[in-house]
Amino acid sequence: MQVDIKSLSIKPLRNTFDQVARFTGSEKSASRYLEATIGVQPEINFHYQPLWSKNRSIYDKDNTVIVMNDWYRLLDPRQYYYGAWTIARSKQQDAAERNFSFVEKRNMLASLPTDLREKIISVFVPIRHMEYAANLNNTYMSAYGYGVSITQAASMCAMDRLGIAQYITRIGLMLDGNSGDALKTSKAAWQNNPAWQPIRQLTENMLTTQDWFELFVAQNLVLDGLMYPLMYQSFSDLTSVSGQTSFAMMTEFMSEWFDEHVRWVDSVIKVAAAESDSNNVQIGKWIQKWLPQILQALQPLAQEALGEAAQAGLDAAVAQLSARTTKSGIN
Amino acid sequence: MEQAKKMNMKEKYNAMTGDLAWDFSYKTEAEIFPLSDFEGIKIEDWSKWQDPFRLTMDAYWKYQGEKERKLYAVIDAFGQNNAHLGVTDARYINALKIFLTAVTPLEYGAHRGFAMTGRAFPGVGAQVASQMQSIDELRHAQTQLHTISQYNKYFDGLHDPFHMFDRVWYLSVPKSYFEDALSAGPFEFITAISFSFEYVLTNLLFMPFMSGAAYNGDMATVNFGFSAQSDESRHMTLGLEVIKFMLEQHPDNLPIIQRWIDKYFWRGYRLLGIVGMMMDYMLPKRVMSWKEGWEMYFEQNGKMLFDDLARYGITMPKFWEQSVEEKEHLTHQLWLTFYSYGHAAAFHTWIPDDSELDWLSEKYPNTFDKYYRPRLVYLREQEKLGKRFYNPSLPQLCQTCQIPMVYTDPKNPTKRVYRETIYNGDRFHFCSDACKEIFEHEPEKMSQAWLPPHQIFQGNCGGATIPDVLKHYHFTENDGGEFLHSRDNANWNLWKGLTPDEEAA
Ligand SMILES: [Fe+2]
Ligand SMILES: [Fe+2]
Ligand SMILES: [Zn+2]
Repeated sequence: MQVDIKSLSIKPLRNTFDQVARFTGSEKSASRYLEATIGVQPEINFHYQPLWSKNRSIYDKDNTVIVMNDWYRLLDPRQYYYGAWTIARSKQQDAAERNFSFVEKRNMLASLPTDLREKIISVFVPIRHMEYAANLNNTYMSAYGYGVSITQAASMCAMDRLGIAQYITRIGLMLDGNSGDALKTSKAAWQNNPAWQPIRQLTENMLTTQDWFELFVAQNLVLDGLMYPLMYQSFSDLTSVSGQTSFAMMTEFMSEWFDEHVRWVDSVIKVAAAESDSNNVQIGKWIQKWLPQILQALQPLAQEALGEAAQAGLDAAVAQLSARTTKSGIN
Repeated sequence: MEQAKKMNMKEKYNAMTGDLAWDFSYKTEAEIFPLSDFEGIKIEDWSKWQDPFRLTMDAYWKYQGEKERKLYAVIDAFGQNNAHLGVTDARYINALKIFLTAVTPLEYGAHRGFAMTGRAFPGVGAQVASQMQSIDELRHAQTQLHTISQYNKYFDGLHDPFHMFDRVWYLSVPKSYFEDALSAGPFEFITAISFSFEYVLTNLLFMPFMSGAAYNGDMATVNFGFSAQSDESRHMTLGLEVIKFMLEQHPDNLPIIQRWIDKYFWRGYRLLGIVGMMMDYMLPKRVMSWKEGWEMYFEQNGKMLFDDLARYGITMPKFWEQSVEEKEHLTHQLWLTFYSYGHAAAFHTWIPDDSELDWLSEKYPNTFDKYYRPRLVYLREQEKLGKRFYNPSLPQLCQTCQIPMVYTDPKNPTKRVYRETIYNGDRFHFCSDACKEIFEHEPEKMSQAWLPPHQIFQGNCGGATIPDVLKHYHFTENDGGEFLHSRDNANWNLWKGLTPDEEAA
C-alpha cells in the first residue's frame, strides 16, 4: 500500500516563517495576520542616502522620538492585514449603500427642516476637508513610520479617511440634488467662516508636523477623539430630536468605524507608553500640547453645531478622551 | 425643491477627490509639500491630472473585497489538499524561492514608496492614485506570503525571506535597484516604478512566473498572480498617465524624465536577467525562452509603446540595443554563475537533462552549442564523478547593478566586459557601459552602494569564512547547493513514491 506510506511521510518541515517564530517564540503555525506583518520591512544595509533627507535612512527609527525595542509590538488588535481589512470594509460599505438608498428612495432628506439642512451643510459637510487632511496624515505615518505593525494600519486608516471624506461628500450631494451647491457653500465656510478658522489653522499645522508619532497622537488620538463624539454623537443626536433618522443612517459607517479606530489607537498608545517612562511622558506631553489647542479651536464650531448644548457636548467628548488615555496608562 | 443642474460623472469624481483640497492660508504649499520641487520637475497645474479609473473607496472596497474572498478560498483549499505535491517536480520550487526572496520584498518596497509619493505630491489626483497603488502593493506582498507559506512548510530556502533580502549577496541586486528609486524624489520614484518597471517591464516579470506556475501545476501561485492582474492593469495605466502628465506640464521636464527612463530601464533589465535564468533553466516545463520573451515583450510591445511617446520627444531607452545583442548569452552566463556559487545561494542549482539541453540548443541556435552546452555537459560529468564544481572565491560585483562581473561582450563572447572609473580617488568597476554611465551621472549616490563582497571582506557579514557568512544569512545546510543531493529532492521522491531512477525518467 504505497499510497498510505506516502501520506504518512508527508510531514511539514516547519510550521511558519522564521521571522514569525522568532517574534512569537514559538514554532507553531501562526495566524495570517502575523505572517503578513512580522519582519516584512527592510531594516539594515541600505544602499543610498535618500536625496530627500540628509540624515535619515529610507526606513528609520529616528523619524520619531518614541523608542521601541521592537516596533512590531505595536500590533493591531483588529488583526488587519490587507485581506481581512478590505473584506471587513466591503461588508460595511454594503451596509452604507443600503442606508443611502433607503434614505434616497423614501426621499427622507426632503422632509428635513431647512435650518437643519443648512446646519448640516455649514457645520458637518466641511469635515470632508478634515478627513482629507487625516488621509494625508495617516499616509505620512505609513510612509515614514517604522515596522509593518503600525505602518500598515496607518495605511488602511488613510484609505478609510478618504472613504469617509467621500461619504460626507455624498451626503453633501444628496442635500442639494447633485448640483454641487452644498459642497460649494460648505467649502466656503471651511475656507472663510470664522467658526472654522481655528480648526483649519490647526489642521494646516498638523500637515507640517514632522514626528510621525506625534502626528499619530494629534490626529488619531486627540483630534479624532474629540471630533467624532462631537459630530457623530452630540450633533447626530441633535439632528434626530425632531424624528429625523436620515443623518444617523447616512453616518452609520463613520460611527461604527470610530469604535473600531479607537480600539487600534488605544492599543498602540498603551503598548508604546508601557514600553518606557520616557515614552509615556512624551505621549503625555503631546496630548498636553494638542488637546487644549484643539479644544479651543472646536469651541466656535460646537457653538454653531450644538447651540446651547455646546459646552455639554465638548465636556462629554473630553471626558471620553481622558477616560481612554487613563485606560491606556498615560500618566 | 428647485431642480438644479446635476453634476456629470467627471465633476462628481472631482468632488470626491480634487475638491477635498483647499487653498492653504496658515501654511504655505511649500511647507506642506516640501518634496515637490527639488528634482526640477515643473508642474503648472495639478488639476490637469486625469484619473482614468475614477475609483472611489466604496467601489474599491467592494471590488477588492470580492477578489480577496475568492483568493483566500483557494489558498485554504490549497493547504487542505497538500496541493504542493501537484507541481511538476521539486526543481520548480526554486523559482518560488527566487520569487519570495527577491520579488515579494519589492512589493513591500512599492507599498512604502507609493505611500511616500501619496503624501509628497501636491495634487489630490496623484495622491489618491499613489495611495491606492500603495495599498495594492501591500496586498501583493501579503497574498504572496500567504500562498508561499504552504510551500515553506515542506521545502527549504523559503524560511527567512526578509532576513535574507537585507543581507544576501545576490539579493542586493533587487534591493539596490528598488532603494535607488526609494531614495530618490517622488517624481523619480514614480517614473522608475510606475513607468519603467510596471509599464515597460512588468510583463517580463509576471508572465514568466505566472505562466511558469500554470505550466508547472502550481495553481496557488496562478491564483495570486491572476488576482493581482486587475491591480496591475491599473498600475500600468497610472505609469503611462504619470509620464504623459509630467511631459505635458512643462518642456523642461523632458530631459530629466528621459534620463530616469534610461537609468531604470537598464537597471530593471539587469534585474530581469535573474528572471530570464529562471525561464531558461529552472522551470521543469518551459513557457518560452528569455530570448523569445524579450523579443515579444520588449522589442515588439515595448517599441510600440515608445513609438507612441515619440510625440512627446521621448526616445527608446539608451543602451536598449545592448540588451538585444546580449539576449542569446545572458541567461546561460547567469546560470553558470549561480551554479558555481550554488553553495552560497538559498535555492538549488543543477545541470539540465539532455532533453532540456536540446531545448536550449533549439532556442539559442547561434550561441548555445557553441559556447555553453559543452561547459554544462562537462560540469555534469564532473558531478557524476563526485566533483560537483563550486567556486570558493567571492565574485566581483558591478558597482551599479551589483550582478557579478560575468557578462561578456556579445561581439566577442569569450571576453568579459570590464569598465571602470575613478571617483574621489577610488576605482569603481562596471559590467557595462550603461552601468558605468549611470554611475558617472550620480557618482556621489552610486558610490555609496552596499556591496556584499566588500562588506564580507570588511567583516560586516558574520565572519571571514564562507560558513560564517552563510550562518549570518540564516542559510541552513539544506538551502543551497546541488539539487540532486538536496533534501527537497529526497523528500519529493519519498512523497511521490519515486525511486531516483523513476524521477529522472
Ligand atoms: Fe505589485
Ligand atoms: Fe504593481
Ligand atoms: Zn552592471
